[in-house]
Amino acid sequence: MALESLHGVERYQHKWNEVQEEAALPEIGNFTNQYQLMMPPLPKAECQVGEYLVDETGRKMKLNYAHGTTTLGFKFKGGAVLAVDSRATSGQYIGSGNVRKIIEISPYLLGTMAGGAADCTYWNRVLAKQCRIYELRNRERISVAAASKLLANMVYQYKGYGLSMGVMVAGWDKKGAGLYYVDSDGNRMPGNVFSVGSGSLYAYGVLDSGYRWDMTDEEAYELGRRAIYHATHRDAYSGGIVRVYHIKEGGWVRISEQDSKDLHYAYAEGKTTTQ
Amino acid sequence: MRKMVFKRILSCRVNVSVVYSPASHREFSHYSLSLSLQLSYTVSRAADMDLQCLIGMKFNDFVLMATDMSQLQRIMVQKSDDDKMYQLSSHLVMAVAGEAGDTTQFAEYIAKNIQLYKMRNGYELSPSAAVHFTRHTLATHLRSREPYTVNLLMGGYDPKTDAAELFYMDFLGASVPVNFYGFGYGGMFTLSITDREYRPDMTEDEAYELMKKCISEVKRRFIVNLPKFRVRLISKDGLKDLPVIVAEGEAA
Repeated sequence: MALESLHGVERYQHKWNEVQEEAALPEIGNFTNQYQLMMPPLPKAECQVGEYLVDETGRKMKLNYAHGTTTLGFKFKGGAVLAVDSRATSGQYIGSGNVRKIIEISPYLLGTMAGGAADCTYWNRVLAKQCRIYELRNRERISVAAASKLLANMVYQYKGYGLSMGVMVAGWDKKGAGLYYVDSDGNRMPGNVFSVGSGSLYAYGVLDSGYRWDMTDEEAYELGRRAIYHATHRDAYSGGIVRVYHIKEGGWVRISEQDSKDLHYAYAEGKTTTQ
Repeated sequence: MRKMVFKRILSCRVNVSVVYSPASHREFSHYSLSLSLQLSYTVSRAADMDLQCLIGMKFNDFVLMATDMSQLQRIMVQKSDDDKMYQLSSHLVMAVAGEAGDTTQFAEYIAKNIQLYKMRNGYELSPSAAVHFTRHTLATHLRSREPYTVNLLMGGYDPKTDAAELFYMDFLGASVPVNFYGFGYGGMFTLSITDREYRPDMTEDEAYELMKKCISEVKRRFIVNLPKFRVRLISKDGLKDLPVIVAEGEAA
């Protein structure tokens, strides 16, 4: 979908037109232009979309996004490591246990998801399109700084309109490994160590106390994995599979995807690694 | 209905006059009616901007600015090497605290426009002209759907008049030339120290020591963890980074 408009493919367009005619839907242009999102029909956007909805009995309905998450990323001697859990929740309900919260933007760029799953997926996809276009136009890969700024500027446009996302953009460019934190408040900052999501407090605990710049690759993977595991252990909204990615000179590599339950028993036996 | 509106104005008035400086208070009594709605929305967002701390001091031939290096998110210190100062031109620096996102977006917008002015006209805006432009931008956005919620200090040196200048500016668009000021709750602790010890003829070393004293007090009495401050000096030679102040001291 993201590259559809770019290539001029009109595969879905006529179908979409038919649907629209049938249902007399209002025009939402985001099939052809990713920036044309329909605004909530409210005067000002601080509007708390969730509180506005009512169910069939007239009771107010709370709109629950997928919210609980633990994601982390850090830079070290050997590049950058991203590690995430895989649980998606809507309030008390576990919607999915095997979400891919690391989004592969390009062979050299990764994004992580925390906050609204839909928002993160959508805007990371738009970012992927923009990064590809940049590459085609300029005949070189986009820097991590530029990519993260594209995302930050895009979501800043929608500040106050209810977007909910906390994203880490990590990648490799001319300056080496890059790691940026971007969120829907409009924050964007570079850093060495970040953790985002409801389990981030637990993850920071393990991460900060075990972090050194001159870790070996294996030590780094294990630190990320352990931090996420301990977050899944304490945070009810995090769990499932612990995924670890490594970003180095040749691009990113998927290191491991392990069930947090298996890790739990492995760690309980006192093993350090369970590859 | 009328009673409700009145009540709202009153509550805003209390909040704002307590939280913000005398300068904004004066402005506020003017605008209280038209701003009542706007403020009920702005004040609620403003809570975390008071946790950030900006300090500026103007002396005879230089300005000293310090900003805390903590990036706070809810209950967490997310970053401890943050830079809240933006260079606008060769002799002008803006320290910004406020709503996340607004700070960088506003500062970069101002910085780029000031650079654009220089490119178009072949000379730089003087500090006071840049301050007027900034205030105008802030005030224009204040009555829009999306105001910038930022407080700022602008410190500069005008090479033409050989004068150091420091301006206070709050998110309501009040702009006042001052000798010294501290933004946020942290700034409140420093105001009395500067009131007591400030002299316009202080040397660079004396000024740096005074700044250290202020930051120690913030460390000592303020509940929020702001241990490190970035310090910059603006004089006729332009901008100079001074050593980061890591505060010492604990409450007696």
